[in-house]
Amino acid sequence: MSAAAAIRASGLTRRFGAILAVDSIDLEIAEGETFALLGPNGAGKTTFISMLCTLTRPSGGTAVVGGFDVARESLKVRRTIGIVFQEPSLDDLLTGAENLRLHCLLYGVPPREIDGRVERMLRTVGLKGREGERVRGYSGGMKRRLEIARGLIHRPRILFLDEPTLGLDPVSRRAVWDHIREMKAAEGTTVILTTHYMEEADGLSDRVALIDRGRIREMGSPEELKRRVGGDIVRLRGRVAPQDFAGLDFVREMTIDDGGVRLAVDDAPRRLKALLDRCPAASEVEVRRATLDDVFLKFAGRPLKNGENAPRADEESR
Amino acid sequence: MSELQLRWNAIYALFLRETKVYFREKERIVSILVSPLLFLFVVGRGLSGTSPVPATTYEQFIFPGILSMTILFTSVTYGLYIVWDKRLDFLKEVLAAPISRSTMFVGKSLGGMVGGIAESAVLLAIGEAFILRSSLAALATALLLSALVAFATVNLGLVIGARMRSMEGFGLAMNLLTWPMFLLSGALFDLSKSEGWLRLAAYLDPFTYCVDLMRKALLGWSLFPPAWDLAAVLLFAAGGMALGIAAFGTLSQAD
Repeated sequence: MSAAAAIRASGLTRRFGAILAVDSIDLEIAEGETFALLGPNGAGKTTFISMLCTLTRPSGGTAVVGGFDVARESLKVRRTIGIVFQEPSLDDLLTGAENLRLHCLLYGVPPREIDGRVERMLRTVGLKGREGERVRGYSGGMKRRLEIARGLIHRPRILFLDEPTLGLDPVSRRAVWDHIREMKAAEGTTVILTTHYMEEADGLSDRVALIDRGRIREMGSPEELKRRVGGDIVRLRGRVAPQDFAGLDFVREMTIDDGGVRLAVDDAPRRLKALLDRCPAASEVEVRRATLDDVFLKFAGRPLKNGENAPRADEESR
Repeated sequence: MSELQLRWNAIYALFLRETKVYFREKERIVSILVSPLLFLFVVGRGLSGTSPVPATTYEQFIFPGILSMTILFTSVTYGLYIVWDKRLDFLKEVLAAPISRSTMFVGKSLGGMVGGIAESAVLLAIGEAFILRSSLAALATALLLSALVAFATVNLGLVIGARMRSMEGFGLAMNLLTWPMFLLSGALFDLSKSEGWLRLAAYLDPFTYCVDLMRKALLGWSLFPPAWDLAAVLLFAAGGMALGIAAFGTLSQAD
């Protein structure tokens, strides 16, 4: 493999009966990159990464992960990767520390290193002091953190995170992000994550792919994608009309909004003064930076967060 | 680390997991002892049957069979629990781990033996206190044999567990497989005095040889030469293992 590619998929396809869950995806992810797959539930994100993790057999196409073919060299692929599943996969009759130790043994961590790694990892995810308790008694957030610790403890070169912070409170979520960043800085780990949290994709990843109905609809850095939807949104209310802004090259789109005008603007904070000069009678102004949600809305033709895709209720309080 | 070392560590991890889980579920340990005790003290004493073995009571005669039955039931139940695992938890972690399916099978299989051996040890202690008058050497042999019977029957349970889709099949497997295997084995009666069809069925039942071998160990009496018994039990274990590894090869998370 070329030194630069951690993952290379070509024409990767998975059918479940008549349903095309993943429809011929071509993708290359560089070593050390953080790559986010963004899309609603059922878009094919999980199936796509299951194929890369050798858990689901492709119906067509090929994928090379860490230099190994997912279909023919699955054990080698598995030694290279770490996985944090969307669904819980902890053993709840065992304690937190036991879950980590067993994982180390399964993934070939040298036995004399195990205790030290478990200790460090427990500190990192803030579970030190609770490691002797059975997982059955953990809260949803603690379980999630333990799973993330488990996915990292064998120091994989490539880490797959399927909805890593689903159901976490904002503080724990931030802690997880920080940890992912630290680990990347220290080990140069390649990270592939699926999410439907915009800020997660935006803040963590170098590149984002919007995936919907089994296909990649759009791909690029978060900034690039936001530029492609036409930048930031400025809403003006009061006595304003679209013709006020004629001739401004940084205004990409103008629409009449209820009681005012809605503009799509490149780099709104810097252009705001120029805009306001054109409409001195405006009574109200609202600036919203473009988000990946806008990107998704534009390219998939529907908002990412519709009712059924809304994140699950926080489980921390359970 | 060498490939062998990696494999051994993985097997040890799976074994350790099963052992810990087993000893943490105390209800299961106790509940599984109920039916053998009923058999021993209610059927064994109440039926007042006769023993074909000279100088032994009927209770003593059926003890090796009941002991084997306990192992059979413990093992098959364990194997079927894989279905439960498929839905829940840990199996996903194991299925995703960089271990071959044969490693996984061996780990699961060794882990499953713990239950059968532990139940057997408890039952042997109870038996020695109230029923048997076996020597320490005989008891030790029986315990050793329990490990072999546990291995063979766990493999059987794992094969079914890996193939089964839902928990509904649980009762079916227990009723269609374990009860006939136990009852046809001659655990409760003298096969040599049975009708021809029954004898034939018993000869085809691999569990018959487990019971017979256990009887030899505890009472010093068996229907077949012990070497035959042993060969049959080993064949049973090896067959189960081959089928199990094949079944685990296609095992995947329930969708």
